[in-house]
Amino acid sequence: MEVVKDKQLTKKKKRSAFRSNNIQLTIMTIVPLMFVILFKYVPLFGLCIAFKDYKLGKGIFGSEWCGLRNFKMFLTSNEFTRITWNTVYMNFLFIIIGMVAAIALAVVLFHVKKGYSGKIYQTCLITPHFISWVIASYMVFAILSPENGVLNRFLESIGKEGKDWYTIPEVWPPILIVANIWKHFGMDSILYYATLIGIDPTLYEAAEIDGANKWNQVKHIMIPSLVPIIVILCIMKIGHIFNADFGLFYQLPRNVGALYEKTDVIDTYIFRYMRVIGNMSISSAASFLQSIVGLIMVVATNTIVRIVDEERSLF
Amino acid sequence: MKNKERTPIPITILIIVLCAIVIIPFMLVISISFSNEADIVNYGYRLIPKGIDISAYKYVFANPKMIIDAYRTTAIFSFASMFLGVFLMSMLAYPLSRRIYKYRNQLSFILFFTMLFGGGMVSNYILITSYLNLDDTIWVYILPGLINPWSVFMIRTFFQGLPNEIVESAYVDGASEYRIFLQFILPLSKPILATIGLMLFLGHWNNWNTAMLFINNRKDLYSLQYLLQRIMNEVKLLQEQQALGAGFDHMVSAAEIPSETVRMAMAVVVAGPALFVFPFFQKYFTKGITLGSVKG
Repeated sequence: MEVVKDKQLTKKKKRSAFRSNNIQLTIMTIVPLMFVILFKYVPLFGLCIAFKDYKLGKGIFGSEWCGLRNFKMFLTSNEFTRITWNTVYMNFLFIIIGMVAAIALAVVLFHVKKGYSGKIYQTCLITPHFISWVIASYMVFAILSPENGVLNRFLESIGKEGKDWYTIPEVWPPILIVANIWKHFGMDSILYYATLIGIDPTLYEAAEIDGANKWNQVKHIMIPSLVPIIVILCIMKIGHIFNADFGLFYQLPRNVGALYEKTDVIDTYIFRYMRVIGNMSISSAASFLQSIVGLIMVVATNTIVRIVDEERSLF
Repeated sequence: MKNKERTPIPITILIIVLCAIVIIPFMLVISISFSNEADIVNYGYRLIPKGIDISAYKYVFANPKMIIDAYRTTAIFSFASMFLGVFLMSMLAYPLSRRIYKYRNQLSFILFFTMLFGGGMVSNYILITSYLNLDDTIWVYILPGLINPWSVFMIRTFFQGLPNEIVESAYVDGASEYRIFLQFILPLSKPILATIGLMLFLGHWNNWNTAMLFINNRKDLYSLQYLLQRIMNEVKLLQEQQALGAGFDHMVSAAEIPSETVRMAMAVVVAGPALFVFPFFQKYFTKGITLGSVKG
């Protein structure tokens, strides 16, 4: 009897290196998980507002169901085509032009010899990454302000008329693209730069012996080595093509209504209807749609990434 | 194309021009802040001011209450979010990193799913204001975004990269999981914790979204960037800022305030210190980029 008891005791005390204390580990997860559940899962219940005629007084549970009416209202509204087009089109341009700019910068930086100056250039170029779109809106205002802006004063000095740029929608897509590049291309180029550094240097020597000039070397050595990462990044960014950078589209145009034709995106629409107009139902429907479409896009694009290069996919 | 040779001159010129273009907007704001208001009216905003005039800064520092409040608020919630966030997220990442943890897959999925689908702006807004009553408190800046799944996975990956023997030998010696985590794992994880921590800090320091949605009645709880946003769009706020000061015994009219230069001066006061500090931590941000794009 005692022998059996002893054996059982030793079994409990013996801690193999290949086990873990599941209870302790689970206890460790409790507090963080509480936050996750509270702020990420509980709001999922709020999605039902999209199907309800929400009235503040009645709250979520007191408001009546109204089926797909909110969705119909949103999808047939005047703004729907505009905001969807703006979101997707601008994001598409950001992806393409942004990548070209960042890669071009990486190639240029590659030719800068290592040393102090390289560090200084890099520090300069990534500085915009550290400021918010609010500060950037001050900078844009300094340039585009109708009365005192640098642009208008310059135009007047060469005999042309200054314009109120904050009332002309057509100029804003280029402005937003330039601003977006300005903010991101420094930081983005680092990733491509790291890839370029990893290329075997003997390839260049071999190419030079074969008679390739610098331009050819770029084309035939650098670009091909960047293609894998370009493809992956493109696909992943397309997964988020229905999500706009709210700060960019809200702060830079200073939320001027006259510009909405070109600067209103899904996210600014949802914000405006929720907070300014106070229509929770329609903004909730729009938000719900954006989330669903976002889910489908991310799953679809990630599946494609998985086929292309399994290591880089999220799941 | 050897890196060891001197940089070709065209490249140097090109890169200097690019850097100049990137920096010019900053210089423009600084230059306006050091200008004379009358010069602005006559000559407009210029890259190099007509004459150096620090009266805009005198105004700002004479009535600094709003800026001081915003700095205090922002500093509190940025540091709190950083420390609390890094600690709680690594506490969540540790069980995920233990290969034989029983609920590893379930936990992983719970976290991961939140990256794919969410309740959206409206749900979150109603939860935070109507049910949790966090609006107009400093907690609204800290609590909602505390656990960031992407960061948790990055920390987990780092933990997994630590040598297994450390955990194993400590475990065999009878240490509890808590002890292993606090005494062994955390101290060895300083690089990743610093990287995540700094990225968190930067994100919070530049926050204006939260204030715009949730801070309505407490002007002393404005974040720095939100304060700037309001001042950009409302001259009234600028008047209030001046009226709070000791030197004025009447409500200052908009005409009396050098509003153009003062606005830019406030931008410099708000953004300047941060811009001096962040380049020192540059390497953490650049490392974060490369880490984040390669799945562990």
